[in-house]
Amino acid sequence: MVCESLVREGVEHIFGIPGGAILPLYQVLPEYEKLKHILVRHEQGAAHAADGYARATGKAGVAFATSGPGTTNLVTGIATAQMDSVPVVAITGQVGRPVLGTDAFQETDITGITLPITKHNYLVMDINDIGETIKEAFHIATSGRPGPVLVDIPKDILQGTGVFNYPETLNIPGYKPNTSVNQKQIKRACELIKKAKRPVLLAGHGIKISKAYDELLQLAEKCQIPVINTLLGLSSFPANHFLYYGWPGMHGMAYSNLILDQSDLIIAVGMRFDDRITGNPDKFATNAKKIHIDIDASEVGKIIHAEVPIVSDAKTALSNLVQSVEEKTHVEWIKQIDRLKNNHPSLALRDTEKLLPQFIMKELHELTNGDSIIVTGVGQHQMWAAQHYPFNDKNKIITSGGAGAMGYEVPAALGAQVGRPNEMVWSIAGDGGFQMTMSELATISENKLPVKFAIMNNGFLGMVRQWQELFYEKSYVSTSYKGIPDFVKLAEAFDIYALKVTDKTQVKPAILDAIKHEGPVLIDFIVESEENVYPMIPSGATVQDMMEEPSSQEVK
Amino acid sequence: MTTKNTKNTIPSRTVTALVNDKPGVLNRITSMLRRRGFNIQSLAVGHSEIEHLSRLTVVVEGGDDIVEKITKQLHKLIDIIKVNDISDDNIVSRELALIKVNSDTKTRSEIMQIVSIYRAKIVDVSSSSIIIEATGDDQKIKALQDLLSSFGIVEVMRTGLIAMNREKK
Repeated sequence: MVCESLVREGVEHIFGIPGGAILPLYQVLPEYEKLKHILVRHEQGAAHAADGYARATGKAGVAFATSGPGTTNLVTGIATAQMDSVPVVAITGQVGRPVLGTDAFQETDITGITLPITKHNYLVMDINDIGETIKEAFHIATSGRPGPVLVDIPKDILQGTGVFNYPETLNIPGYKPNTSVNQKQIKRACELIKKAKRPVLLAGHGIKISKAYDELLQLAEKCQIPVINTLLGLSSFPANHFLYYGWPGMHGMAYSNLILDQSDLIIAVGMRFDDRITGNPDKFATNAKKIHIDIDASEVGKIIHAEVPIVSDAKTALSNLVQSVEEKTHVEWIKQIDRLKNNHPSLALRDTEKLLPQFIMKELHELTNGDSIIVTGVGQHQMWAAQHYPFNDKNKIITSGGAGAMGYEVPAALGAQVGRPNEMVWSIAGDGGFQMTMSELATISENKLPVKFAIMNNGFLGMVRQWQELFYEKSYVSTSYKGIPDFVKLAEAFDIYALKVTDKTQVKPAILDAIKHEGPVLIDFIVESEENVYPMIPSGATVQDMMEEPSSQEVK
Repeated sequence: MTTKNTKNTIPSRTVTALVNDKPGVLNRITSMLRRRGFNIQSLAVGHSEIEHLSRLTVVVEGGDDIVEKITKQLHKLIDIIKVNDISDDNIVSRELALIKVNSDTKTRSEIMQIVSIYRAKIVDVSSSSIIIEATGDDQKIKALQDLLSSFGIVEVMRTGLIAMNREKK
């Protein structure tokens, strides 16, 4: 019944690991040819892979796990999907109903554990509810503001027989995501846009989720409004467009932060004013009025007050705005922010013989024509990738934003490659995060997935080390790896082609070699070990406290 | 008296909700309130007039901005069907309290007088104590409790506030 429901939801790929409680489900899996199961090596990998798959395809990603440790291993992946609004449906086996609640072998209260990190979850207690529950799970995961949904099914239900009821339509009284937009607020927004002299569009993940790419472009061009992306919003607006002005926040471009600070109107679309963007929210863009568009009403006004709140998906709201606004130009404002951009270049590389990760990103961008799918983990390498690999095309970056889950880069790249088999996927990894989930190299090798790995190997938990350098007087407690494995030998053990790069001159040939090679490739880049990410606004601070690249760095 | 005054200055709002009557729903609500750091003064749930649905009244600490955040977050929970902040409406609100007070033959009649002034009821009498059942809003129950405190309060049990709009809505 579970498999039949999945087929009806159009599921093609499942990431998971079997175990006692979920075994009855696995045993019937071969009868459903449309469902291809990918056996991962750790359940965290299953959840992250389903998440990467979902972000790459826009469809729900599906993960299977068995009761107890199988389900608890999913938790990091589920939390990541929740923070970044990713539709993941996790189906977990539970111990049988007769022993539920008795601390049976491999029993864990997974609905209790995942309650605050799922959009919704279910414990199925009646076999006849399976069809409807799974349909609801997919509907809730993929509609409105997407998010993970977990369905926990006791083993005796998976073994039993019952009436298969798969309703055509659903009626969930407590769940009615907005599908229309309040015209009064659209009118008020148009008035603010008309009056604004220094407007900015701040476009987030919601653009990609609702596929509002064209509408964003139209609004920006019609009113000549510069566009700034959030980290998760990257690749929603072409970076080579003359109205594109980077991304702001803790490690964003200095000029992007300054533009927000100097603007008089921020049109925030499909984003939630994360603290990595606002710094101190009381001092964030105090000169600007805000129009906040988000499908989740609880995000509007949560951190930053909005003069005009619009509860709607980005596509509906933007297309309404495009229709209603008057054409405008902002020649003076564009001149002003171009001056900011010239005075605060942010991304200029310093001239050095050392192997800088930023240099590798730039080379990678050039050699891949900037149109690879980039998957990153969390930390310095993530920031460098986001800074130096600009995207002109739609939906090309997959990165763990809100949760900041290290190790995301390996399984998420796996999922992304399964979802988009004809595109080149580069997993940009840190040596720290890579060691957390590198067991998925086996899955990648087994399934002949041609993922290219670029490890920015500095021998440190680099971002943590940077904080220790700047805020803890260079006291590098537990951030330096003494026993780092030889990643090249390691990859070879998984039958993956691998290269080591220690010198600037080797970068280009190595990347070209990786592109040419048909299967998966790993490049271990031994980069400058104490390189810092700049610019930087310290946690909870303001744009005035921004550190641009200090010249002292070269003198170290 | 000063402590009483500061207590009164904590603003509180009354929110009612219609929720699914299913296992775990109350857990979802309290878990969300705890996680997001909202303070609740009382919470009461019971069956509603509709099958499979319960009504809940929650009194929360905080001003308009806090209560707006709470209602939005509550609304997001899929098992919650309707949420209303009824603090500014014309409402009837009641709470039931059971108060056990020390009492012997000497003090019993005095206690009975107080109880009748407050239109409360004596529901149990033993040789050394009395149990009083009182209904009313928060202020009335507090006032009664203050008066009875001189006799020595043994135990107080309160249901939490329940509230309803006077008009049809």
